[in-house]
Amino acid sequence: MNRPLELVCPAGTPAALRAAVEAGADSVYLGFRDETNARNFPGLNFNHKELAEGLKYAHDNGTRILVAINTFPEAGNPAPWHRAVDCAADLGADAVILADIGLLDYTASHHPSLRRHLSVQASASNPEAIRFYCNAFGVRRVVLPRVLTVPEIAALNREIAGIDVETEVFVFGGLCVMAEGRCALSSYATGISPNKNGACSPASHVHYENQRGKMVSKLGAFTINQFHADEPAGYPTLCKGRFVTNGKASYLFEEPTSLSAAMLLPELQAAGVTALKIEGRQRGRAYISQVVTAFRKALDAIAAGQPPPPLDMSALTEGQRQTTGVYEKTWR
Amino acid sequence: MMRKVKLSLGPTFFNWPPEKWRDFYFRIADEAPLDTVHLGEVVCSKRLPLIEAVIPEVVERLEAAGKEVVVSTLALIMSKREMNIVRELAASGDIMTEANDVSTAALLAGRPHVIGPFVNIYNEGTLAWFVGNGAVRVCLPVELSGIAISKLIAASEGAKPELEVIAFGRLPLAVSARCYHARANGLHKDNCAYVCDQDPDGMELETLDGAPFLTVNGTQTLSHSCCNLIGDLATLAGAGIRRLRLSPQDADMVAVASIFRDVLDGNLDLVTAECRLSGLVGGMAFSNGFFHGIEGARKAGPLAAAE
Repeated sequence: MNRPLELVCPAGTPAALRAAVEAGADSVYLGFRDETNARNFPGLNFNHKELAEGLKYAHDNGTRILVAINTFPEAGNPAPWHRAVDCAADLGADAVILADIGLLDYTASHHPSLRRHLSVQASASNPEAIRFYCNAFGVRRVVLPRVLTVPEIAALNREIAGIDVETEVFVFGGLCVMAEGRCALSSYATGISPNKNGACSPASHVHYENQRGKMVSKLGAFTINQFHADEPAGYPTLCKGRFVTNGKASYLFEEPTSLSAAMLLPELQAAGVTALKIEGRQRGRAYISQVVTAFRKALDAIAAGQPPPPLDMSALTEGQRQTTGVYEKTWR
Repeated sequence: MMRKVKLSLGPTFFNWPPEKWRDFYFRIADEAPLDTVHLGEVVCSKRLPLIEAVIPEVVERLEAAGKEVVVSTLALIMSKREMNIVRELAASGDIMTEANDVSTAALLAGRPHVIGPFVNIYNEGTLAWFVGNGAVRVCLPVELSGIAISKLIAASEGAKPELEVIAFGRLPLAVSARCYHARANGLHKDNCAYVCDQDPDGMELETLDGAPFLTVNGTQTLSHSCCNLIGDLATLAGAGIRRLRLSPQDADMVAVASIFRDVLDGNLDLVTAECRLSGLVGGMAFSNGFFHGIEGARKAGPLAAAE
């Protein structure tokens, strides 16, 4: 008999945190309001006081809080990252989610009892990498990068069966098409780096131009897409843009689509995964509430030995396509 | 100070026919003023069998010419087969190996090895950890600024490792499980027909309004512009950099290496060097924005003003 899958949900605000807890999240992940986390967007995230209140609320309701401190401190400025770890430890967070080896080392030596998860940003895609992070820094859970198919995840879990470590995978939301933490595309176009600054395709560098009846979306100096006047102009996320290769325009990297592995939950459980993660710390509370409720129902059905009901997410993903992404081999 | 800076030729990222690959390195062995040459497949494990047969003669030729050979390994390791390729290389032990994934660094623990630019070393704590693990040389990630590079050099002063930065060539910006070369040709990675061999310098990608932007090389995405730190060598040398990496393009890399060596040795002025480099890469735009802490695609510093 498998353990019930853990549902790990995002919160970018205290309101979203409460929504996730009420909707049945087993764990909520969040970050501080600075460059120490990979969703460093204006108006998002938690200060010290908000985290303290959020922790109390979550713990009173039996929900765990995981603090993402998952960017890479640039040389000469480690203090904000060290402070973030210290603060998470002092306030009693259930775990920190880290990517940088220097920061893992700091956390393991200064806060040995603080549980450590490996962020997707560390891109640990194979058993030797996972073994390394566990042996060197006592990592207890690895969030797998979105590069592996379901059979590959199953094979990986078999290979690391001898190590005391859990795996977590993304099942819904935004989709990186590049190996996470190893992509400098946004940085190349804007100077703002997901790894260093915690923001990909930042809004500060987005603008829209009307060019002879076409709406053009740009990121920094580069056109990412263009739309007819009657089309909604999408946000110019770099890897979801339309570009020209060999004289042909296409969404070469990925269509403007989001990940949904809702149909694959039983397969992911059979593959030995411990926890399922929903992306979207930048989302509002209504979104969080609806998505978490839907996944809670599905997981409860699976735990009761029933087939999961189809998730009704149509209101959230209207006009946007969904993909099972790399979980199906043909995506590659 | 500049005279002491060593030059490495990074691994070739592109899928060249084995004969071309071999002849490229034969000429590098015989003529290029390089201290070190990296061999091996970094981007796609499917390509490795294509060059395997010619690797031994290339190693022999390079070593006979007095050049250090380093074997570079895969940046993204996803399958058992890929893991085993790296395990075997790491176990062989008789040749200096460059890790481009944390797993490979772990396999090389306790033995002298090189860390490549695909491993995220952004700060002193992480660098110290890899040095403790046995790294004797580290080529830093492409998006580090000159200021961060200086701080890392200062932090590691007096001790190993030797720090290195990419000073020439299209910058490796991203790796993916997905093959965009296959996708551009209506194929999947598993039945790719090795279409990446059509583009010996990568497949150029433009924006919808025709601006050059990126270059696609199978599962790898590179910059369209060619990184060129020739105008920043004095700053780098002043900070104490000990090695520069030239990343192969389908160009006369012997001439590129000679130009860098001549500037480092004080035998060639910057403007002439820049002009010659431009001619060697067919007028490809140059960039050094990451080094200057701005958009990687941009060009800044002494040679930017001259344009």
